Amino acid sequence: MATGAGKGRRAFLIRLAQGASLAAAAGLVWTYVLRNQARATPFALRPPGARDEDEFNALCIKCGQCVNACPYDTLRLATAWEPRPIGSPYFLPRENPCLMCPDIPCREACPTGALGREMERIEDARMGLAVIDTENCLSWQGLRCEVCYLACPVRGKAISTERRLAPDGGYVQMVPWVHSEHCTGCGVCENRCPTEEASIRVVEARLVQGRMGAHYRLRGAEPGGVMVFDPPASPDAGRPSTEPTVPGLDALNLGDLP
Amino acid sequence: MNHGQEAQRTWNGRTVRLYHLPNTLSGKLWAWRYLILRRVTQFSVLLLFFATAHWAWVVAGQPLISGNLSASSLLGVIPLADPFAVLQILFSRHLLATEVLIGAAIVLVSYALVGGRVFCSWVCPVNPVTDLAGWLRNRFDLANALHLNRNLRYYMVALVLVLSLVAGLAAFEWVSPIAMLHREIIFGIGMGLIGVAGIFLFDLMVVRHGWCGHLCPLGAFYALVGKAAQVRIRFDETTCTRCGECIRVCPEPQVLNLNQAARLGRVASGECTNCGRCVPICPEDSLSFDLRPLINRHNQRSAETSARRI
Ligand code: SF4
Ligand code: SF4
Ligand code: SF4
Ligand code: SF4
Ligand code: SF4
Repeated sequence: MATGAGKGRRAFLIRLAQGASLAAAAGLVWTYVLRNQARATPFALRPPGARDEDEFNALCIKCGQCVNACPYDTLRLATAWEPRPIGSPYFLPRENPCLMCPDIPCREACPTGALGREMERIEDARMGLAVIDTENCLSWQGLRCEVCYLACPVRGKAISTERRLAPDGGYVQMVPWVHSEHCTGCGVCENRCPTEEASIRVVEARLVQGRMGAHYRLRGAEPGGVMVFDPPASPDAGRPSTEPTVPGLDALNLGDLP
Repeated sequence: MNHGQEAQRTWNGRTVRLYHLPNTLSGKLWAWRYLILRRVTQFSVLLLFFATAHWAWVVAGQPLISGNLSASSLLGVIPLADPFAVLQILFSRHLLATEVLIGAAIVLVSYALVGGRVFCSWVCPVNPVTDLAGWLRNRFDLANALHLNRNLRYYMVALVLVLSLVAGLAAFEWVSPIAMLHREIIFGIGMGLIGVAGIFLFDLMVVRHGWCGHLCPLGAFYALVGKAAQVRIRFDETTCTRCGECIRVCPEPQVLNLNQAARLGRVASGECTNCGRCVPICPEDSLSFDLRPLINRHNQRSAETSARRI
């Protein structure tokens, strides 16, 4: 009993639904591709000052001005199908590390704010975090090396060496430690490490860094994350104060402590 | 091309002549002047970006033009940016630095004046590729395998903006075969060339002017911008014989709606890329580049002279 107008309207509505479904299907596939690309971010070390993953991915217009501005040709733009978000800047420390220019020319060149203005000194950059493979590090295995310690631009702060007696007691080892508080992730250490594959690598910090949580207390911990494990001289030294600083949690074990 | 055997047609009492490519070299060069100019411009744009990145070309101590078509800095002071890319980032709900916003505004206003799709036929690196596909298509006389609506591209623009909003990322920039091609020419070749290879095959085998004329959201964005264009093709109704040569050569033939052009004195659609193909091919010189404010006056004058002749 459909009238001509009714039929026309029905046909129109069907076409509308078809168009909308097509757009929705295409949109879903498209969004999937986008999010998948963006997910590759943890495998790219960004230029200094880069904002958080989501913001950086959204803001960077993939113009390459940071790449051109770097005097050491450190940065490059990811090509398609690399395991890194397409078109965005990154660097590979083993090939070419960031030499931490004090005037930060890459950041100065960025027109979008993807490399943020807030960072004042290049030492505040957090491009990644160096981690040492102690099973392959020459120094940890008893040879003298300490190349990373000597090469690190944040000398003596980002990497320290610790003297210790080798397990068989015959000689002194100088083992390197990385301190996240100062490491900028520039990758000079990874670049210079003499082992066949670098035994110190820079990776995005959140891939390797844990978080203890506020309710744990450390004996003899220095504030700021550098842990030097010193057994306390007297049984009471280094014990948590009885003032609970995290409400509730601290009361938990107080009675059980020796 | 020999039209000699065709029966003589007349229109409004005038003999309809068809186009013949001149025999002399200088004549040919003159007939191809806009084509040559366009290729030189396209190539120069790439060269300037490339030379700044790789050979550190400087002028007055400043990098000549650093960056790429997405965003760049001219002589270290003038920011330039792709307004469509910037629009997508804004739709992704992120706040951009002023520099890139100024750059986008400069580019937007420039194209709004010279014609939005001037980007397409004079700058975009995909254009030589799709032109080649179109040329091969004509040589081998390939038929369309599919029908696409030319307005699809505007739906693409809408889709790109909606997806940018939903995904929180500039949706077209992350998959754009144009940006991939351009970026990888300047910053190192990778698999990005696959996108443009896809476009080439699509244009060659599936739909005539398939990508640029039906799908590309960037071209569609610039078509919208081009509505305000001040440089346009002037159409002289008094000399046109409706031979149709211009329509055969135009990559966007729907814009050469000659009755509408007669009414307005110009090709009005923003989809016209100002490529200038139609200008040298018109046997009656009825088409020419002109500034929009002068078009009416020029057409008036032409009508008066032809009235005097009669
Ligand atoms: S700080 Fe210097 S060396 Fe490091 S990426 Fe930026 S420009 Fe290059
Ligand atoms: S300069 Fe900024 S916007 Fe351009 S590629 Fe580098 S980080 Fe991205
Ligand atoms: S990445 Fe290596 S060289 Fe650079 S600051 Fe960290 S420890 Fe030092
Ligand atoms: S440079 Fe390499 S091998 Fe040498 S101490 Fe550092 S991590 Fe170990
Ligand atoms: S339509 Fe798109 S791909 Fe074609 S020339 Fe224009 S911007 Fe380039």
